[in-house]
Formats: sequence, C-alpha cells, structure tokens
Amino acid sequence: MMERNKNFIIGVYSDPDQVKNAAKAIIKSGIRIHEVYTPFPIHGIEDVLGYKKTRLPIVAFLFGVTGTFLALFMQVWMLGIDWPMIIGGKDHIALPAFIPVTFELTVLLSALGMVGTFMVISDLKPYKKLRLMDIRITDDKHVIAIDIAANSMRVKDIQSVLKDSGADEINEKNFE
Amino acid sequence: MNKEVFIFTPGAKKNIAILAITGLVLVILGIILMMLGGGHAETAGAAHEISGHDFHWSQRLYTDLWINNIYFIGLGLIGIFFFAVQYAAQAGWSAPLLRIPLAFGYWLPYAFVVLVIVFILANFTGHWHLFHWLDQSLYAETLSDGSANPHYDPIIAGKRPFLNLGFYTIRTIIFFVVWIGFFIVMKKEHYAEDVDGKISHWKRLITMSAIFIIFFALSSAVASWDWVMSIDTHWYSTIFGWYIFASWFVSGLAAITLMVTFLRENGYLPMINENHLHDLGKYVFAFSIFWTYIWFSQFMLIYYANIPEESVYFVERLSSDIYAPVFYLNFMINFFFPFLVLMTRDAKRHGVFLKIVCIVVLFGHWLDFYLMVTPGALQENGGFGFLEIGTIMIYLAAFLFIILNGLSKSALVPKNHPMMQESLYHHI
Repeated sequence: MMERNKNFIIGVYSDPDQVKNAAKAIIKSGIRIHEVYTPFPIHGIEDVLGYKKTRLPIVAFLFGVTGTFLALFMQVWMLGIDWPMIIGGKDHIALPAFIPVTFELTVLLSALGMVGTFMVISDLKPYKKLRLMDIRITDDKHVIAIDIAANSMRVKDIQSVLKDSGADEINEKNFE
Repeated sequence: MNKEVFIFTPGAKKNIAILAITGLVLVILGIILMMLGGGHAETAGAAHEISGHDFHWSQRLYTDLWINNIYFIGLGLIGIFFFAVQYAAQAGWSAPLLRIPLAFGYWLPYAFVVLVIVFILANFTGHWHLFHWLDQSLYAETLSDGSANPHYDPIIAGKRPFLNLGFYTIRTIIFFVVWIGFFIVMKKEHYAEDVDGKISHWKRLITMSAIFIIFFALSSAVASWDWVMSIDTHWYSTIFGWYIFASWFVSGLAAITLMVTFLRENGYLPMINENHLHDLGKYVFAFSIFWTYIWFSQFMLIYYANIPEESVYFVERLSSDIYAPVFYLNFMINFFFPFLVLMTRDAKRHGVFLKIVCIVVLFGHWLDFYLMVTPGALQENGGFGFLEIGTIMIYLAAFLFIILNGLSKSALVPKNHPMMQESLYHHI
C-alpha cells in the first residue's frame, strides 16, 4: 500500500538476474528497499527481499471449511429437517448424495474468499488511482524503488549505491 | 565413497532377507492358525453348511498372493509410466530422479512369472476358482443327458466371448510383452544418452513415451477388468479401469517419493532438494484426491441409482463385519490423512511428513486392492491377519531386492540429460 506524498528514488534495470543481484547489494549496504517492480515473476527475489510467507492458504482453508459446513448444514436442514422428502427411496439425510454439492460449495467459497481477501490486503479496488513507478515495468524494465523517508542515508549516497549495483537509469519519482 | 552409483550393501540385503524371512514365518504362522481353526473354525464351519463349499486355507493364501501380484505389478508399471510422462511432457524438474521410477520396471518380468504361477495355483489346483468364470459347468444350458443344467449362468455365458481362458491368456501375455518391451527399449535409449550425449535420444524417448502412454491407458484398463473386476464376475463398473489406475498411480508415486527420500538420506542424489520433494509431495497429494474422486464417483452413482446387480458389490462390503471396517479405514487413510497432512507447503517440503504419508498411503492402497479382490473371492471366509501381513512382507522384500539390484547396475543420475541444468535450478 502506498501512502500519499512520497518521494522515491528508483533504479531501472533491464536484466532479471541483475535486479536480483542489485537487490542483494542494496540490502547489504543498509538501505531499505520499498518494493521491486518487475514485468514477470523473478524466482527467488522474495527470499532476497526477506518477504514473509503468505498466509493466503490459511484463508483459503478457512473459507473452504466454512463452505463444507455451510453446504452440509444447508442440505441436512432443507432435505432432512425443514421439508423432508423421500427421493429415490433414500433416507432423508442421504449423506453420499450431498457430497457433490458440498464439494462445489467448498471450492466456490474457498476460491471466492481467497480472491476477495487478496483484493482487500492488496488494496485492489474499483476506481483506484494507479501509481506507477515507471511505465516501463509493464513492458521490459525492472524497477527497484527506495523510499527516501524510510532511509536515513543521504539521497546522493543512495544514488551511488544504485549506480554501483548496475542500474541503467536512476530517477526520482514523486507522488502527489 | 562414490555416491554416483547406488551400492546395494550387504547390510541392506540382510535387512531385506530379514523382512522376507519374517514374512515367511508370519505366513506359516497364519496357515497353522487356520489349520488349527483358531477363530475361524466356526466361520468356516458355518460357511460349509450354508454354501456347501469347502473352505480351505489355501484359498485365502492364493487370494492374498493375487492381491500382492496386482499391487506390485502396479508399482512396477507406474514406475515406467511416470518415467514416460516426464519425457512426454518434456519435464525438467525430474531429470535427476528419472532412473528411480524406471528401475521399478525391473520387477515386471518376475511379476509375470509369479502371476502365471499364482493364476494356475488359484484356479486349477482344486475345485475352487479365484475367477468364478473359469468354472466350466456354468456355460452349458443343458447337461449331456438333455436335462437343464442347474449351474447354468446366462450372464456369465454371455460374457464368454471376452472372458474365456484363451483370450484372457493372450491379453495378459500381450500386455506383459509390450510393457517389458517398452521398458527395455526406453531404458536402453535412456542409458545410451550417458555415453554419447546426443539430443536424439531425448527426442526419440518423447515419441516412445507418448506411444507407451497410449498403450498403457488401454492396457491398464483392460488388465484391471481381467485381473480384478472379473473376480466379481456378474458385476461391472465402467469406471473400473480408472479406479485401478488411480490406486496404482498414487501408490506408485508414494513408492517413488519414498525411494527418493530413502536414497537422499543415504547420501545419494545430492542435487535433489526440497523443491523436488515439494513436487513429488504435490503429486501424492493431488492423486490421493484424484483417487478419492474416482472412488467416490463409482460409489455414489451405484448408491444413488440403487440397481440391485450393481449395488450388491457395496452391500457385500458394507454389510460384512470383516470388510466394513476396512472399507471405512480405506477411505480415511487414503483420503483424509494425505489430504489434511500434506495440505501445507511445509509438510510437502520436509521429508518426515512426506515419508509418513507415503507409507500410510502405500498401505492404504494395498487395503484398497484387498477390498476389491477378497470379498468377491472369499466371501465370508476372508480376514485380515498374519497371512496378509506375511505375504505383503515377502512381496515387498522381493520387489525391493529386484529394483535395488537393478538400480545398482549403473549411475543413479543421467549424465547428459538436456534438462539436467534446469532441474538443478528448480525453484518453487
């Protein structure tokens, strides 16, 4: 999530391996990286940046379990308690026959819940104003963004570290 | 110590021998108990009175041998199938471990010999037939004196064009010849790559694998009708080929995973890391669910349609004191256990969980085959005891001995596989 009125120094790279090594070097020099933007996933970059493992699977599991019990409760209550009917000579609560619906609802709630949670935690919402560090990250360039306010180091030093790490360009980006 | 070639140490051989001897002792113990009639005397006596058939302990022994045959043939076949799938998909991650599943194929020629012996023992040594359709008295509508044949079975007689000894034997022989042929040819092609490093071997293996997969898809289905489904001769299920394949595949994957972790623990395969284990774990996880899907599809349609000639199959299993517990246990340990334990990423990446799940799944799918074969073959005379455990141990010892022996013949890791580099950097 980006806050307002922030100033960033951005290093632009053209090679995925280069950006990985650059991120390593920048972290080693004591600079905190705000975020790395790449047009495609780079394997292992999350380890370099020290990202914590996502907890999204736990969300998926919890939503899935909710779906399972919701579906079972719905069918047992509807077909077994509220309006019992004899279908195909089975018991009112014919558990094997309920499993397909239960399965579907488990998958549905799990998937929808995961997507919804992801949108909330990533602050993806309609009419959100897009803030791009550099338009070329949607094409072929990789960008390492450094938040000036989050680092005690001088801007000039940060720039020289970026330069040493092999950045093609070093720009500043201000968001109003 | 050179870790490029698997060394089949005398210690390992000794352990396998101990396993086999323990199994043999248990089998003998089981036979003695049954001969003394311990616990089974009343059941057998009652069965005698009701059905008029003599129950002899050898029937249970042959049935157990047959279950093990089918189960271990499955492991051997799935080894080759897995190898072929990796080539046909041009997979990179599995390059260093390809020779482990391939080595499972060494079992097949031995399995064929044992299969033939057990088939003869189980069908032609007494008045009992493991395969009911081999009873020749079922087919004639009238007896030689012109009176109606009381044993005549129009349903089985109608299946005769397919289920007759000649065609059955031909099918079995064709399957084994082609499977073993593919195994030999693919193995040769695969090992030839080590010597000259030409890319043509890899390309040719892709074609061979694709052809093998097609043949395997057809033959495994027909083999499952022949070897398993025809025990319940009247009954049929159109999903049965898939069902057997699913059970074979997940147990084969568990065996491959277990073998890889075992080799890794002994210092072999240094390039296999938790990323590769993760992929194998995903395979076991996914195909446990796949098996459940197929198993449930078969069960639910029969349950819901409730046609007597179909549902008798599950009535036999669920209304029996012997088989009903196994039926529920089978579902628990083959679905809930791997599903819940292997669900997280960490469980798939750490050997301990993976190993426990693989062992449980391997045993669970043995029980699955037990449930397919025993109720149809032995009816109320079945059981689970020393005899079953003993025969598993003997077969396991033989299987391990043969595949480890095969594995120790040449280098464990392909030298010039074009995907090797990709596999070394495999990261998920």
